[in-house]
Amino acid sequence: MTLHDLTIVEAGARLRSGETTSADLLAAVLDRASQTEAQIHAYLTIDRAGAAEAAAKADADFADGIDHGPLHGIPMALKDNMCTRGLETTASSQILAGYVPPYDATVTTRLRDAGAVLIGKTNLDEFAMGSSTENSAYGASYNPWDIGRVPGGSSGGSAAAVAVGSALGALGSDTGGSIRQPASLTGIVGMKPTYGTVSRYGLIAFASSLDQIGPLARSVDDAAVMLEAIWGHDPLDSTSYAGEYPDLHSGMGRDVRGLRVGVVKELSGEGYEPAVEEAVATMVERLAAEGAEIVEVSLPTFDIAMSAYYLIAPAEASANLARFDGIRFGHRAEGATTNALMARTRAEGFGPEVIRRILLGTYALSAGYYDAFYGQAQKVRAAVQEDLARTYKTVDVLVSPTSPTVAFVAGDRVDDPLAMYLSDICTIPMNLSGDPGISVPISLDHQNLPIGFHVMAPSLGESVLFRVAAEVERLAEFTAKPVLQEVAG
Amino acid sequence: MTSPTANPTKYESVIGIEVHVELATKSKMFCGCAVEFGAEPNTNICPVCLGLPGALPVANAQAIEWIMEIGLALDCEVSERSIFHRKNYFYADLPKNYQISQFDIPVCHDGHLDVTVDNNTTRIRIERAHMEEDTGKSTHIGDGGRIHSAESTLLDFNRSGVPLVEIVTRPDIRSAAESRVYAQELRSVVAELGVSDARLEEGSIRFDANVSIRPEGQEELGTKVEIKNMNSFRSLERAVEYEIERQIAAVDAGRPIVMETRHWDEEAEVTHSMRIKEGSSDYRYFTEPDLVPMLMDESWVTAVREGLPELPADRLVRYQSQGLEGDLAGVMSAASTPVRSVYENAVDSGADPKSAANWLTGEVTAWLRRNDTDPTDMSLDGAQLTELLAIVDEGVVSSSAAKEVLVGVLEGEGTAREVAESRDLVQISDLSALEAAVDAVLDANPEAADNYRSGEQKVLGFLVGQVMRATQGKADPKQVNQLLRGKLAS
Repeated sequence: MTLHDLTIVEAGARLRSGETTSADLLAAVLDRASQTEAQIHAYLTIDRAGAAEAAAKADADFADGIDHGPLHGIPMALKDNMCTRGLETTASSQILAGYVPPYDATVTTRLRDAGAVLIGKTNLDEFAMGSSTENSAYGASYNPWDIGRVPGGSSGGSAAAVAVGSALGALGSDTGGSIRQPASLTGIVGMKPTYGTVSRYGLIAFASSLDQIGPLARSVDDAAVMLEAIWGHDPLDSTSYAGEYPDLHSGMGRDVRGLRVGVVKELSGEGYEPAVEEAVATMVERLAAEGAEIVEVSLPTFDIAMSAYYLIAPAEASANLARFDGIRFGHRAEGATTNALMARTRAEGFGPEVIRRILLGTYALSAGYYDAFYGQAQKVRAAVQEDLARTYKTVDVLVSPTSPTVAFVAGDRVDDPLAMYLSDICTIPMNLSGDPGISVPISLDHQNLPIGFHVMAPSLGESVLFRVAAEVERLAEFTAKPVLQEVAG
Repeated sequence: MTSPTANPTKYESVIGIEVHVELATKSKMFCGCAVEFGAEPNTNICPVCLGLPGALPVANAQAIEWIMEIGLALDCEVSERSIFHRKNYFYADLPKNYQISQFDIPVCHDGHLDVTVDNNTTRIRIERAHMEEDTGKSTHIGDGGRIHSAESTLLDFNRSGVPLVEIVTRPDIRSAAESRVYAQELRSVVAELGVSDARLEEGSIRFDANVSIRPEGQEELGTKVEIKNMNSFRSLERAVEYEIERQIAAVDAGRPIVMETRHWDEEAEVTHSMRIKEGSSDYRYFTEPDLVPMLMDESWVTAVREGLPELPADRLVRYQSQGLEGDLAGVMSAASTPVRSVYENAVDSGADPKSAANWLTGEVTAWLRRNDTDPTDMSLDGAQLTELLAIVDEGVVSSSAAKEVLVGVLEGEGTAREVAESRDLVQISDLSALEAAVDAVLDANPEAADNYRSGEQKVLGFLVGQVMRATQGKADPKQVNQLLRGKLAS
């Protein structure tokens, strides 16, 4: 197996046995990036110098017997909405073209402290608004399984990089499914942790009450070691969880005998591709065969979760994105007055989907409409949480497809925002509730496109979540790798 | 509309005041930057108070404790759970283009402050005191510094994120004088608590007034006008006064009052229109998702309440009960902390409250002013003041010499008794020595003595003066008087 195809755990073993070096791993993924970037466009920025320095440092550390743990010396990527000191961070927006943050996000600091080698910044839908990574001011990313298709989004660059081998692992952010859905569409593992467990400090906010950073990885085990490196209380984020954190490894490798698995009735039917439904049903049967107790559950609020999400997220975004005004940083347009300068900066700097959501959110918060829209959406959010609390009295985890469809053809949903929004129908409820969810690849459809299996658990239920996810991974035996079409030159 | 009549309508003015108090916490409301007035522009800034992408606020617990102190001092209730909201509007010196403020659940609500004008005490109800962050500061360059005609604007974000408490009254104020006294009283409460520099000239306490008028006896409120930019108590009073008169003149002339914000022009002493408000502004308030609710449990509130210092209004009552009357009680209770502590210590060690207060608010204050000395640096303490009062009582020094003794003490020459000795101000208490001086004067002035004996009473004054002169003022004039009368009668 080539170095760029290793999991983090495998690569870590080779680093420690002296079989390979961090510099070798970095060279392998950078080689892979030069072979694939023209077709995939996973990266916005590659920091060769910084990465080389970090790799050299890791190798020196290992030589000195210093070991910072599983991510030490591992080449990894960051979604370009996480601040990196001294390295351009754009959130895929024209309005942040050339913006170099003066500080590191907490996750960046934690990865650096864990000895990870940061390769660069990956592409996303502008400000993480989208499900295909086509809404990027710097050009779309494409799916390694079929370069005519999208990698999902908004963490499509991170997902594509991990899938194609230009990073061993990557961080994404998930506001409505932006880690899990692209992981599903690119055949990798993507996990959204419990809200508040990973610091949002330095994550360029989309919707503060929904955003959560998490890992995109080649295995459930890799996702677990990445999560362990980045989560934990952060005094710089008031919403950061300060209590005891779950033990991720306590359940991994154990069977699922006696676990009650709820199959969500609302996340099936119309709009779901038969191949996706069949693959999910097959996995549910296999879990049953392993001794899990399968229960069909109904969560009626899931049907209206999407509508609530598309009021809450834009409302918060309308305020979060107000700071991009051309005054203190980023793109600045000319204007005779301050107001004209701000208005023109924003008109020039934001793409159409971002403007659409700012307008939606501004409207939803306006006097006279607040109760009907934002206020109502908050009630639905509370109802989703109650629905889940009730359901978790009878089941340990919930399962569904991660995405109703496999990767769709690039350009297909660009002009149809509603169709695009439906890509996240299975993942959005976990953002509204704050609960964790994970997507594990289980099979390929007839077109050789990956299908992801979605496992959900109550808040801070990561132990049981990883236990089930690891079992799904074991049962699926999904080992396929995308084969890129050779490009001349 | 009312037309001018022979019998003009009488109007009542209705005023509400919004006060912004910058807290003097060590660090800002939502980040670790220093709170410091007059620092080099843009030196106390960080990603949080600059609103850089990805930065998050963390609430300052000290500020929350201090707003509780302010609220409790104003007899407010403290909410058990209070939340921050985002107030959305675009302005160049507001880095995030929303201000973290509060909306429907302020930290403190429903309090009051009593104000007295011309012996009339009115209870001004406080609607709320809420926590928010200050903005940066814009300096408009070119053409008089007004925004509309400025060529450029300089932005300083040192003030951005400084903790700000907004205190809002109900429309209970009825005159310009009441507005001023309310503001002064509120300032003295905040200063007493020590939670703010409370300096009007530095903008660490700022007043806006909402003014409306209505015909006397009418329940319904008139259209209110907000007036801003008053940076002294006097200008607050003048601005409110001007605004009331302007509104009355407008209504009497049949012109409607427009809901607007008006700017007080300190030099011209007029208000002029800044912006017209169309209905209430739409700030699209919503819960700040980056901050968790503030929880003020009962034990915290109790601890803060118990830690409150004595407030000016309570102190006034206590001083009156000690026997200070009228203005003396008011002046003494409003005196600076070091001057008051001299008073308190002197009274505790047995000094007469009235004499102690008279000395402190009279001679001591005059000396401090004359010598431009800060009361904190004063070398007079309660024990020394008590001693000074005692030596006057005992007749050790005359009351006129006592003023000189005080100066000696204030100049650090020692205790009152030491100064009386060293400056040679002790009265001659030895009767025989005094008698000798009297005899000497009578011997030297036989003519005057004869004139007195023949009925010319006023000569006595001359003789007393001679004795005082001979004793360099150290004799007790009363005693000299008695001795002279005795000797001249014999």
